[in-house]
Amino acid sequence: MFKFIVRRLLLLVPILIGLSFLVFIWIRALPGGPAEALLGERATPEAIAQIERNYGLNKPIHIQYWEYVKTTASGDLGTSVTTRRPVTDELKQRFPATIELAIAAMLFSLLGIPLGFFAAKHYGRAIDSASLFISLLGVSIPIFFLAILLKYVFAVQLGWLPTTGRVDARIDFDHPTNFYLIDSLWTGDFSIFWDCVKHLILPAIALGSIPLAIIARITRAAVLDVQNEDYVRVARAKGLSPREVDSRHVLRNALLPIITIIGLQTGLLLSGAVLTETVFAWPGMGTWLVDAIRSRNYAVLQGGILFVSVIFVLVNLAVDVTYALVNPRIRVS
Amino acid sequence: MRLSRLWFIFPLAALALAFAAAGCGGSSKSDSSSGSGGELVFGTASDPVALDGALVSDGESLRPIDQMFEGLVTLKEGTTEVVPALATSWKADAAGTSWTFNLRENVKFHDGTDFNADAVCFNFDRWYNFKGPFQQQSATYYWQTVFGGFSDKKTPSLYKSCEAKDDHTVVINLTKPSASFLGALALTNFTIASPEALQKYGADKGSVDEETGFKPTGSYATQHPTGTGPFKFVSWTRGDRLVMEKNDDYWGDKAKLDRLIFRPISDNAARLQALQSGEIEGYDLVEPQDVKTIEGDDNLQILDRPAFNVGYVTINQKVPPFDKIEVRQAVAAGLDREAVVKNFYGGRGEVAKAFMPPSLEGYADDVQTYPYDPAKAKSLLQKAGVQMPLKVDFWYPTDVSRPYMPDPKRNFEAFAASLNKSGFKVVPHSAPWSPDYVGRVDEGKAGALNLIGWTGDYGDPDNFIGTFFQQPTDQFGFQNEEIFNTLNKAERETDASKRTELYQEANREIMKFLPGVPYVHTKPALAFQSSVKGYVPSPVSLEPFSIVSIEK
Repeated sequence: MFKFIVRRLLLLVPILIGLSFLVFIWIRALPGGPAEALLGERATPEAIAQIERNYGLNKPIHIQYWEYVKTTASGDLGTSVTTRRPVTDELKQRFPATIELAIAAMLFSLLGIPLGFFAAKHYGRAIDSASLFISLLGVSIPIFFLAILLKYVFAVQLGWLPTTGRVDARIDFDHPTNFYLIDSLWTGDFSIFWDCVKHLILPAIALGSIPLAIIARITRAAVLDVQNEDYVRVARAKGLSPREVDSRHVLRNALLPIITIIGLQTGLLLSGAVLTETVFAWPGMGTWLVDAIRSRNYAVLQGGILFVSVIFVLVNLAVDVTYALVNPRIRVS
Repeated sequence: MRLSRLWFIFPLAALALAFAAAGCGGSSKSDSSSGSGGELVFGTASDPVALDGALVSDGESLRPIDQMFEGLVTLKEGTTEVVPALATSWKADAAGTSWTFNLRENVKFHDGTDFNADAVCFNFDRWYNFKGPFQQQSATYYWQTVFGGFSDKKTPSLYKSCEAKDDHTVVINLTKPSASFLGALALTNFTIASPEALQKYGADKGSVDEETGFKPTGSYATQHPTGTGPFKFVSWTRGDRLVMEKNDDYWGDKAKLDRLIFRPISDNAARLQALQSGEIEGYDLVEPQDVKTIEGDDNLQILDRPAFNVGYVTINQKVPPFDKIEVRQAVAAGLDREAVVKNFYGGRGEVAKAFMPPSLEGYADDVQTYPYDPAKAKSLLQKAGVQMPLKVDFWYPTDVSRPYMPDPKRNFEAFAASLNKSGFKVVPHSAPWSPDYVGRVDEGKAGALNLIGWTGDYGDPDNFIGTFFQQPTDQFGFQNEEIFNTLNKAERETDASKRTELYQEANREIMKFLPGVPYVHTKPALAFQSSVKGYVPSPVSLEPFSIVSIEK
């Protein structure tokens, strides 16, 4: 197991090098540059040249890349052109916001497991068709549309939930870790924690809807598969209660494909977060990167995308490890 | 592994929370109106860059700076008329190069230090002595626009020196007479900051790196902006909020609100929904299509910001026969401007008569006008002796939406159709806005006619017609000494009323000479809760929140 993890971690190095190169080239292929974006429509050529000199954008691209690799390797992700702050500082603030949202969305999407299980148990009946229909809807509604719809119903019409940000703009509290749920609990004021939770609900539902639908479908299929296996029949025959059979034999064996899909979906959550965060003005990685694309903020794009990639790879590794834990056969190979 | 039980618990708990939230959400809805003045949350399009007026040029930075800082002069609410602020009166000498300002007494900065003549000179000298990366246009755009160069004299500067005559009298010396100087001092960029705070929190500290430019290490512009204004800084969390509170020691009328919060919400639809759900009290840059929705909601209101831009058709006189006045008049008569403004601006546009918006000093209402009249256009072309239909290269930009030109292609198509009915034969050309199109227009390489426009930087006619017509340009390709002279005289005139007359005269001359055809000014819309009172929209977006109140 240890060797397995080390090998996977070592694989990170070539992945990151390749990725950093792709991101570097791709960003520079965007039309317009940071100087133009910064200076606006009537920038003089001299002013543009000056900015390019100051940010080293006038050098040959391979030298720019080499310098970028050198500074990145030393842990310096550069300075944001627009805010004039170190990218790492901004990352520390943005990343927890996205993680909090992604975890909440993932938890929401896990509702797909009972939903799928329930559907499989009532195979062919109305409840099964209903759950199929719901999951089809979940997969096919675009996130931003669902988000606007959710906000319209729960915020604008009913006034139950807020639509933007991580906490009400009128509430002030210290957030040293930038994980607002933890920080707000730390204040000891439950109303602040509650406000943070309320702000999390709609974005988490919007972001988690697609994974929920997919997880539900996979669970249903897996459970249907497993419950006709011989060992399930044996378990029933030896007189175990239906609950015992379901939890110890059916669900546990059905979990394998479900975990795989959860892992894949977790990665996708990070990309889905870009849209969700924009629509909910959620101050995380998504809004940060979108703003960076608009302003051709190379340092933020490079640093941010590289960081997200590392997370993506690590999440996949964690999924594989979990998989190996659940299924001992994997470890052998 | 007993994971299976846990898998059920988390999502169910989440669901339970959701329902619980739904159940008791109403009760915990914002309890904002504690205290007398209450809190106002304003939705902005983005975060500020920094809270140091000298080093920013974007509107989202200038807006909060405006609430916390004051300059020597300011603009009367909702207008571009210069009125006293930190200076109570001022006088220029006969040559117009030496300006004496009498300063307001008993004014303190938010850090408790005194505002006085030394503080004013400290700020001016700071701006004048910026070096290295501070001289980038992205940092000191407005200093360079108004004053030109810096103390290193690489380029000439309008600024010469600042003298503190006594505690409350300051003299600012210029290298040449300039009448737009006073109006420019109302810019948020030239507001006065506490010298002590600037030094203590390292406003100009940072490392200069050849490769990455300026890296600030001081915390002045992010955590300690210190001015004299009616609001003071409390905190700023990027991407989340900027909080200000009422300055109880303010010298003038104190702010009615207790706290003022700016929250960045970049998505337009999200800003609207945040307003509808009551999370924010207002926002600007309302999309034209949302205006009806907001107007139809009894809890909300729309306010109009006076137009501060102009969309126009350039006529390049280098291209014959457009050097003939009859041909230019025929173009003007052949452009159906009413229809374009009515159809493509969602009720936010007004037909332009001149190259500057009506809200500016120096606007003349009695300029020559050119109503749409295809028959007249044809007869004018006949008079000019050109063969009809007259072929004309007409350019428009793609991949762009400007306030004065939301959809250039539609404007172009409508104009081309009306010109084709008026004795012209339009040959269409297009290019992407940036970088090709704007460059072509500037260099006079965008046909005889092209669509372009301008949004003002500051509230002075010099910033509109002075920018366009004070000297020969490749864009318009004409020489007209009469117009150049009038505009030069106006720029130098220090007497306000004479200056206004000169600009009015210039506007009349311009619209008679017809170097192009202005067709639209657009009014941006702001949206507020109906409970918000006292907000006065300004053409230059200089809008004080100190006079705003919330009345439930």
